[in-house]
Amino acid sequence: MANHLHNFLIHLGDNALILGHRLSELTGHGPVLEQDMAMTNIALDLVGQTRNIFQVAAKIQGEGASEDSIAYTRDATAYKNVLLVEQKNGDFAKTVTRQFFYDAFNYHAYLRLQKSSNKDIAAFADKAIKEITYHLKWSAEWVIRLGDGTEESNKRINAAIESLWPYTGEMFKFADYEIACHEEGIFPDIHSIKADWDEEVKNVFAEATLTVPEDAWMHDGGKRGVHSEHLGFLLAEMQFLQRAYPGQEW
Amino acid sequence: MDNNWPIWEVFLRSKNGLNHKHVGSLHAADAEMAMQNARDVYTRRNEGISIWVVESKHIAASDPDEGESLFDPANDKVYRHPTFYNLPDELKHM
Repeated sequence: MANHLHNFLIHLGDNALILGHRLSELTGHGPVLEQDMAMTNIALDLVGQTRNIFQVAAKIQGEGASEDSIAYTRDATAYKNVLLVEQKNGDFAKTVTRQFFYDAFNYHAYLRLQKSSNKDIAAFADKAIKEITYHLKWSAEWVIRLGDGTEESNKRINAAIESLWPYTGEMFKFADYEIACHEEGIFPDIHSIKADWDEEVKNVFAEATLTVPEDAWMHDGGKRGVHSEHLGFLLAEMQFLQRAYPGQEW
Repeated sequence: MDNNWPIWEVFLRSKNGLNHKHVGSLHAADAEMAMQNARDVYTRRNEGISIWVVESKHIAASDPDEGESLFDPANDKVYRHPTFYNLPDELKHM
């Protein structure tokens, strides 16, 4: 089993799954109907992407593994998502800011994955990039409107940026399995992603009249299974059914 | 949340060659947001390939009370309708 490839797929899938689940928590709770739908759509896109990724991971894993067993029967320490995506929804400004920081990374990562030497990854990246392009457009437009909106919206998004900024560094602190995949051309050009992300954030923040925070101390750990306390609660809800009634279908 | 966003009317073209058709309305702060909201609310199931949005206040509508004077006169002018032609059987889609 190509261990680094499997770990990398789990990491990619977990990012999408956890952020998708977070957004799904807002279904029926969005600030207005239109945004409720927008966030539900993005959640569905992300969970759909997770399925494509975990199907490939399950194939490598063998031993009867499936996309469902990977999603629903692992404990928190086996999850490899970045800490950013498991952060709680907070207010709308925080949901939007988390989404923007992640989308800007995800977009530039998937542009590279489209050129992956691994056929399966290139194929699902090709499919996902259209959705991710829209996610980035959605979250960037909202960052601009909240930043350059009212005094209240500006205050809220600044608070969101302050609380989430320390979680952005982890995306660019590449794990062993990412470096190994990079060396095999599975994840090309990873070292230039940070510059593209910086540029994206700089441009959107400029339009939003927001200030990009200074470099600061950054959290990490998610990629190697060391998570914040939030993930356990999220998994408890997400996995309940499969844990209580293994193999249940609907 | 205090929602004072204006209302926008949404028009979708379902495929090339067809007209944009009114599908409903939504709230949005500006045109760009109205476009995104229309995409999220009205095109989830492949309904369209092109979206128009227009703020509802820009639509001039006919007055229902003037319905009689506007539309009734057309009713008794049957010669305006192409109903007096015999169509050959081979002709489809008329």
